[in-house]
Amino acid sequence: MTSYFQSLGLTYEWSWFIATIAGILLIALPLMLAVAMIIYVDRKIWAAMALRKGPNVVGPFGLLQSFADGLKVFLQETIIPSASNKGLFLIAPIITFTVALMAWAVIPFNSGAVLADINVGLLYILAVSSLGVYGVVISGWASNSKYPFFSAMRAAAQMISYEVSIGFILICVVLWSGTFNLNGIVEAQQGHGLGLVNGYFFNLLLFPMWVMFLISSLAETARAPFDLTEAESELVAGYQTEYSSMAFALFWLGEYANVLLMCTLNAVLFFGGWLPPLDIPVLYLIPGWLWLFAKIFFFFFVFSWVKATVPRYRYDQLMRLGWKIFLPMSLLFVVLVSGWLMLTRYAA
Amino acid sequence: MIQVLAFYLFAALTIASATLVIMARNPVHSVLWLIVAFFNAAGLMVLVGAEFIAMLLVIVYVGAVAVLFLFVVMMLDIDFAELRAGFVKNFPLGMLIAVVLAAELVLGIGAYRAGSLELGTPDGSAAPLLGKSNIESIGALLYTKYLFLFESAGIILLVAMIGAIVLTHRERKDTRPQIISKQVRRRPEDATVNVKPEVGQGVQL
Repeated sequence: MTSYFQSLGLTYEWSWFIATIAGILLIALPLMLAVAMIIYVDRKIWAAMALRKGPNVVGPFGLLQSFADGLKVFLQETIIPSASNKGLFLIAPIITFTVALMAWAVIPFNSGAVLADINVGLLYILAVSSLGVYGVVISGWASNSKYPFFSAMRAAAQMISYEVSIGFILICVVLWSGTFNLNGIVEAQQGHGLGLVNGYFFNLLLFPMWVMFLISSLAETARAPFDLTEAESELVAGYQTEYSSMAFALFWLGEYANVLLMCTLNAVLFFGGWLPPLDIPVLYLIPGWLWLFAKIFFFFFVFSWVKATVPRYRYDQLMRLGWKIFLPMSLLFVVLVSGWLMLTRYAA
Repeated sequence: MIQVLAFYLFAALTIASATLVIMARNPVHSVLWLIVAFFNAAGLMVLVGAEFIAMLLVIVYVGAVAVLFLFVVMMLDIDFAELRAGFVKNFPLGMLIAVVLAAELVLGIGAYRAGSLELGTPDGSAAPLLGKSNIESIGALLYTKYLFLFESAGIILLVAMIGAIVLTHRERKDTRPQIISKQVRRRPEDATVNVKPEVGQGVQL
């Protein structure tokens, strides 16, 4: 896109600047729309599994429900508790929302269609996703209220625990593809399974990693069955308890943008990203971003399915799963994967 | 042009937030300013082309160390009057540390003025690999030339971790931990019996 603006007679700096801003808008605006629609989809799937109808009043099939909710929230009064730490109280939802958008900069939507094609892409994602916990922790502390504080403590411990094993799982993928660049990781998956299937999930050593990554991404985004930070029977609404109006809406948008990001990562790291599922020339006629969106939607369906059917974990069970099962397992697989690659690929 | 602007932005914000770390009254604010300082330091790393170090700085310090730090500081019940009462008592120690830091700063600037050290670049032993990414250059150095130092750093960290666990772990006799495998092994016939009591008779448990 930079070269297009340069052809209009602008200098390189200015055309790079304009192209980057345009790229950011091109990702962020559809993402916000996608988040609004995905909230509707989530509610519909959840309702269908509970044999209810779900939102069906606003617009055809209730399609405009999220926009109606957004408008309602927008028109509400922002209530700031008098005993809260006002600055931090308002910064917290902004941090959650901003961080949720930041990670999308390195996601490849098609061959080369990525805003920032940096060669530490996966590390960038790990860095940004580890920031997500600050929004929750700061909101819990700044609210100056019991339940948000408990929720913040839980969130901090939970997210750090699962980030450790997520890091090891990502290392396995990086070892196999030999690059931290997400586009490179997608391209390395072409014809990975028997020269026919695009994706690492077909690999016997990486399939268990994918299962663990899916579960860890549920825990990392604090979705059911690991939604202990907002367990309504114990903590009212958790860290969101004292929030209202747009501050509350920003938490929601950030949370669902994070869920979409985790679905995208599942697709990009293990299911071949923008590649079609099978390495057949005919399938490449369909544009890559459509395949990616289909995979994201599939994983979102899995997330909603889990939310509708699996009961919530207890907190000590959550910690046991993270530290006593996922951490040793992922460490073992780092050894296995690197050993296997040493034997086969780097045997010389 | 944009590099210079970015450098001054990051540098100024690093210094400003580092100052605010020690100026802030509230310890939680101090930790948050520290995080801002880490972030801007990472920005400076990106500017000199060390993107791998920058990402590690954010992942390790901002993502893990500072979260735990914040975790602890948030739970502290701090009495500000008591903090100020300790000021006079700790003043000599504080001054000593300040003098040491100032001496180091002067020494550092003096050494910088004297010209840079050519760290292994002439014979190419520690030079970055040309045309390779950051990660490959660092990996090639860490796992060849500095392998022993790297591995011993890892062992020291492992010992420190085990030491911390041993020091804080205390065996409690009165807890009844959940044994998952035992629960999974349990079958309905272990737990339930089907009895047909006579009318007017109780059930023998």
